[in-house]
Amino acid sequence: MTGMQVVWTLIKIVLMLAVIINLAALLTWYDRRGSAMMQDRVGPNRAVIKIFGKEIRLAGTLHAAADGIKFFTKEDFMPPKADRLLFAIAPILAVASVLALIATIPMADTICPTNLWRSVTKDGSTFTIFPAVQRWGSCVADPKNGVFPIDMAVAPLNVGVLYVFAIAGQGIIGAAIAGWSSDNKFSLMGALRAASQMVSYEVTMGMSLIGAMMIYGSVRLDDMVRWQGENAWGIFVQPFAFFLFFAAAVAETKRIPFDLPEAESELVSGYFTEYSGMKFGMFYLAEYMEVVTSSMLIVTIFLGGWQLPFLHRDGITIELGAAKVAHVAMPHIWVSILGVVAFFVKVILMCWIQAFVRWSLPRFRYDQLMTLGWKILLPASLVNILVTGVLWLALEKAGPAATDALRLAGNITQAVVAVLATYFLARVVVGMFGTRPKERFVVGSAAERAQAQGGTQSSAMQA
Amino acid sequence: MSTTFPKKPQSSAKVAPVPRPTHDLREKAYLPEILAGVGVSMKHFFMNTRDMIKGQRPDPVLERLDDGVTAISYPEQKRPYPERFRGVHRLTLREDQSPRCVACLCCSTACPAQCIFIEAGEYPEGDKRRGYEKYPVKFVIDELRCIFCGYCVEACPCDAIRMDTGMHAVPYDSRDQFIYEKDLLMSFESIDGTRETANPRHEPGDPTHPGLDREHAHH
Repeated sequence: MTGMQVVWTLIKIVLMLAVIINLAALLTWYDRRGSAMMQDRVGPNRAVIKIFGKEIRLAGTLHAAADGIKFFTKEDFMPPKADRLLFAIAPILAVASVLALIATIPMADTICPTNLWRSVTKDGSTFTIFPAVQRWGSCVADPKNGVFPIDMAVAPLNVGVLYVFAIAGQGIIGAAIAGWSSDNKFSLMGALRAASQMVSYEVTMGMSLIGAMMIYGSVRLDDMVRWQGENAWGIFVQPFAFFLFFAAAVAETKRIPFDLPEAESELVSGYFTEYSGMKFGMFYLAEYMEVVTSSMLIVTIFLGGWQLPFLHRDGITIELGAAKVAHVAMPHIWVSILGVVAFFVKVILMCWIQAFVRWSLPRFRYDQLMTLGWKILLPASLVNILVTGVLWLALEKAGPAATDALRLAGNITQAVVAVLATYFLARVVVGMFGTRPKERFVVGSAAERAQAQGGTQSSAMQA
Repeated sequence: MSTTFPKKPQSSAKVAPVPRPTHDLREKAYLPEILAGVGVSMKHFFMNTRDMIKGQRPDPVLERLDDGVTAISYPEQKRPYPERFRGVHRLTLREDQSPRCVACLCCSTACPAQCIFIEAGEYPEGDKRRGYEKYPVKFVIDELRCIFCGYCVEACPCDAIRMDTGMHAVPYDSRDQFIYEKDLLMSFESIDGTRETANPRHEPGDPTHPGLDREHAHH
């Protein structure tokens, strides 16, 4: 491995780790603030930081920082009769499996380092140009100078998605060991529920992706994304599998509505009741990092990964079926940056969806949860495989007319995605200019006094 | 081997069957209802986020029944207390700024929490009220023990003690900071800003009741 490759790998590792850990910390803030916005409350807003004598309240994100300080400074208490080694190892297992998962997820298309920028001398003056690459084919490699095309996943494995499932299975051990080593019957019950829930939904997760693997023709994650860029996004070719995988991923990460192992009203904190300090911090952050990781997986397999509609390696090409409507060439560096940005924006969107699903649904009871996993979702994923296989065979035998019709349908779905995204963005922007309808309700002497004052008085924050 | 249980015999009582709610297919599928619920949450989310960003939150007191973030940001915003709110006590004053209280001990007797301590004393020699009225040498109320029931105000025959200051006892650091002495109680104003009593004492010999003096108290 050349020095360049080592440098690029380190950059990718730092980028992925930075994004996933910071996004997890921000998600702890967003869980509180976004839920407050949904429930007509204010949410955390009191933590201040004094800069040059001026107090700044960053909409409550400093509460997440205060949580971090709390994790570092709390006493690290181990129950007297707990198994010392297992108690200490369990949070490490939980966090390690989540962080190892992100290694195969691609952030952007393969980068050709020779085509990023080039110095050109013309008429005696040198300036930099940003060249474009062709749409098909691979990058030009220069083994003599150690210049290779760079895959934008930390470790682009050939087994791809199978590695993801293997590592996701390791997370079960962390939860089970945490409950067992705590010497607490309620923790043990929480750990039992967690382990059996995760194992049940692991099966559905795998099965629901088999249809996707059939259609994409590969288990490698970047091949899946490239197929989605050429054809249609995964959510259009496998809508049923999207819902199944989403439900299974939410159950795997033990988020509400599947959070019975950590149900606060029933098991205190479930399998991490006895943990405090940084060990609890690791479990807590591991749960939010799992949200980010499962969002990354869903984005890669079903929402087109780094792809934007009609954006290919050589620029924007709007085509409908056989007709090419427009083509705008874009330099390679722009395409790569747009890919990375699009990927992370979609991941944030998927995290947002998981967060508001959390605040919208009540919790499943344990037997309902197991019934759902084994009796409803698993047969549904098997039916999905069957139907996908039958349709795939039928379309293969159908001939070129069907292929052209499918290509046109794929392009239409890309156009639909672009139009919908633009519409929602525009609606949000336009909605910012509206005002809310207000209805005054003056009943009672308190309200009358407030009205005489001209509304509820506000004063600057008092110490 | 299966066991068949005997059927429950038909009861002869006339009962009205309770209608059990049934789920149709749309409800059983869960997803349409979930999406409807998520739609409600999203409407609130976007409206409230816009209001918080633009600073146009509804008024917490006057528009408290609206949809929106109607939470009061105490202590920056405070809900005004109602008109008859019973707050910290105050001792009303006569025109010469002496306390209206005649140390009859009605309030301390009526207090269910026994939070009022009064030490009565005679007026000094030469004061024309000596022998006719007493005055409180000490008047101490423990606002922490007080349950703010208002019995002392109802029991007082002279309108000497009132609870119309509109203040509540603020959190202090130790219990003895809640013990209010006579001077402090006399210094509070009512929410209208007055300190005088509404029941002025007519001294014997006042022109309001001509013909009455200390020896002849009744007509």
